[in-house]
Amino acid sequence: MDNARIDRIIESHGGEASSLIQVLLEIQGENRWLPREALKRVSDRLQVPLSRIQHIATFYKTFSLSPRGRHEVHICMGTACHVRGATRVLDAVQDLIGIGPGDTDLNLRFSLDTVNCLGCCALGPVMKVNGKTHGKLSPAEAVEVLKSYE
Amino acid sequence: MSEVRLQIDGKDVVTREGATILEAARSAGIFIPTLCHHEKLEPYGGCRICIVEVELRGATTLVVSCVHPVEDDLVVRTRSERVDRIRKTLLELMLAHAPDSPPLQELAVEYGADKDRFEKEASFCIHCGLCVRYCAEVVKKNAVGFVERGTRKEIAFIPEIAARECPTCKECLPLCPTSYLQAAFVLTEAFAFRSVSSEAAPEE
Repeated sequence: MDNARIDRIIESHGGEASSLIQVLLEIQGENRWLPREALKRVSDRLQVPLSRIQHIATFYKTFSLSPRGRHEVHICMGTACHVRGATRVLDAVQDLIGIGPGDTDLNLRFSLDTVNCLGCCALGPVMKVNGKTHGKLSPAEAVEVLKSYE
Repeated sequence: MSEVRLQIDGKDVVTREGATILEAARSAGIFIPTLCHHEKLEPYGGCRICIVEVELRGATTLVVSCVHPVEDDLVVRTRSERVDRIRKTLLELMLAHAPDSPPLQELAVEYGADKDRFEKEASFCIHCGLCVRYCAEVVKKNAVGFVERGTRKEIAFIPEIAARECPTCKECLPLCPTSYLQAAFVLTEAFAFRSVSSEAAPEE
């Protein structure tokens, strides 16, 4: 992510230190992660100490300090999904993409995470890919869904 | 500024409005133990060890004296069975993280805290925030900060700032109640100082 893009984002928020989280969210949204160089640029431009930015960037789960995949996969492990076989769905997905929860594969295709409830328990087991909800999944169906994402 | 009259451990104390209970007690020569308190820093209320019992209009509650402002007719008890029990448990929790910390051990003797009560989780940091706040408020360099949250929260030096500022300062090091700060500093120095200084220097 080059400095010009970061500067544009900062300027769209009026260069205010109080917009720090909004600026970080936008960089995260465009770049899918927050490189250290980007944080240093934000620190310089907004006059916010790097230690503070680092605290905030590690505090919220939305932010990532390491590269994320093109597709965000969230598998629900809540009680309802769990009793309907979420662990088997998770196992099948892990076998397909070769990474565990919290990881990103080397081709930056997928980032996998577990969540504790997506709020649509009647659809369990539920998997969300890039914000799109896939419900009532068998392990095989979950694998088929993911194969359609390049 | 108007005066506030209160009672601490049976002693009548007069102090200025807006002072904390801890300040009032100290000015009257009454000792309240603290771990995260520092005169040059804003009150933080992090370690909770300065907890006291206060009574106002018949109601008794527990408050943290380093952040609780004084009020007229407040009756403060700095030692009671309840206060001592809470301090004991707090110490036992902190000792699970830093069993060999001298200030913790000293207080543990006073309150009968058992350092082996909870399973050890030697993270060494008790999150008093003295280093982080001292660097931010007094030195104003922000070379060290907190990262993560909850059980994963820890202190971290920012190598880019620390490599430049810390070698001539190190004022925060004696503040640490557990010596973990020194360890964190030496690790950062060993792992990251050279890489950030070679980044800063122009390429040959």
